[in-house]
Amino acid sequence: MAKVLMKGNEAVGKAAIEAGCRFFFGYPITPQSEVPEYLSSELPKVGGVFVQAESEVAAINMVYGAAGAGARVLTSSSSPGIALKQEGIGYISNAGLPAVIINMMRGGPGLGTIQPGQADYNMAVKGGSNGDYHNIVLAPASVQEAVDMVMEAFDLADYYGTPVIVLADGLIGQMMEPVEFNYVCKKELAPKTWALTGKGDGEKHMVENLVIEPDECEAWNKKHFETYAKIEANEQAWEEFLMDDAEYAFVSYGTSSRIVRSAIGYLREAGYKVGMIRPKTLWPFPTKAFEKLDKKIKKYMDVEMSMGQMVQDVAYACNDKNKIEFYGRTGGVVPAVDEIVEFGKKVMGGDK
Amino acid sequence: MLTDDKRIRIITGHYGSGKTEFAVNYTMKLSQKGHKIAIADLDIVNVYFRSREKKKELEAAGVMVIASSIEGAGLDVPAVSAAMTMPAREHSFDYIVDLGGNDVGTMVLGRLKPILDPAEVDFFMVVNAYRPDTSTPEGVIEQKEKLEYSSGLKVTGFINNTNLIRETNAQCLLNGDAILREVTKQTGVPVRYVSYVEELMTEEVPRGLAGELFPMKLYMRQTWM
Repeated sequence: MAKVLMKGNEAVGKAAIEAGCRFFFGYPITPQSEVPEYLSSELPKVGGVFVQAESEVAAINMVYGAAGAGARVLTSSSSPGIALKQEGIGYISNAGLPAVIINMMRGGPGLGTIQPGQADYNMAVKGGSNGDYHNIVLAPASVQEAVDMVMEAFDLADYYGTPVIVLADGLIGQMMEPVEFNYVCKKELAPKTWALTGKGDGEKHMVENLVIEPDECEAWNKKHFETYAKIEANEQAWEEFLMDDAEYAFVSYGTSSRIVRSAIGYLREAGYKVGMIRPKTLWPFPTKAFEKLDKKIKKYMDVEMSMGQMVQDVAYACNDKNKIEFYGRTGGVVPAVDEIVEFGKKVMGGDK
Repeated sequence: MLTDDKRIRIITGHYGSGKTEFAVNYTMKLSQKGHKIAIADLDIVNVYFRSREKKKELEAAGVMVIASSIEGAGLDVPAVSAAMTMPAREHSFDYIVDLGGNDVGTMVLGRLKPILDPAEVDFFMVVNAYRPDTSTPEGVIEQKEKLEYSSGLKVTGFINNTNLIRETNAQCLLNGDAILREVTKQTGVPVRYVSYVEELMTEEVPRGLAGELFPMKLYMRQTWM
């Protein structure tokens, strides 16, 4: 398929349709409103269903229902709207159901701003709902990657039976980039024999969520954690940028990684041996990327559009919290390339 | 030549066609000719990438910038300034109007239309043939008709702004050219300019394209976008 120019928000909508999603339940919020707008016109054309729910809470529970019925289903929102969906996400997770949730993050906390942010890392990665659970969290850095990750998200959700969050930000949502859509399912997916497909003459199916005996509930949790262990073993993904000879490494994801990439260009020109580890999965966090670097890296420079929510994961992954320096902007402010260059120089001193 | 266009240039187009990049470039170019210029950012559709973000640069070039009556880049309010009528009435101004995308974006013109003299107005439709809804002559014509219906104005010229941003090559402009030539054949509306960002064109601009060549600078995107 030839490339077309699409806005991130439209492109993730189309990606969902290409991946076989026919159900969207959501509510508009800047800067992701083009997702529901696009799907409201495009889903009916392919026999799909678009519902603008009365609230984010209603929307996520419709997602829960559709997922239980075996559908590929999507919802999307931006930060405060995702905060509203947390209860439902926890329920879907506990029921072991597949669903895809897109978050085009904006500045926070609370109502925050409509400009891009990355301060929902903790909410997505550490669990914004109650209980012991994980979401798979994918973090695209371009419109094309957002497209690819939305498609992959449906496969991962179906394969592991868990919600998958695509954690992008307002800039990825609002930006136009050339994209192409080539959906190929890379997982072997079992038919959803458990789905609630209507009474009829078939066998009785049930989606369980309430396990009221503590021992049984603990066992239920442990079963989920067997799945999580598999995900941690198999699904870590990251990009290494100019890491072969690097003595210093930036760690950055999504939109901020694009700015870091530009900054590395200037720093390399100035003679610094610096590269970047860009996590593409935030949960599971790509600890394997750090294990193999061992003692080679003198400092890890974490750059985010938040006050440093990823720092602890980087510290855990590199196993030396003294090696970490952080630079961030928050509240909807996007750092400039110059700021990152200056930060890099300050950390590395004259060490070229 | 830019100076051959009508005094009031209204820039419209399908959502995401590149209207704002064209409008800002057009304004900056025209400002070099010593004209008294005003640009109105009447985008009530987008919240990012609006021409008001370039207010400083435009004002430094001597351009009057009219945007929302409520200041603030972080605001998502469909409010436009009453000042938008001034350069339409004041004949000493060259006036560039940057509309929001689609027929929804042209609705704002309702405020301006009663005082516009059609003889003074160019209504330019920016087209990027790589946007899914304007990738065929039929698609372009459908969008043109929608824009004309909601604005009450007739498109006077097309801007062939066919591009894939950092992946733009000569073939992009040729593809847009072929589609717009067909549109011109069916509608009689000519291609006024072929716009492209000079630093992003890795190949030579093909000869014989319909419309005047309009090389642009990239104002609306950072280097890492």
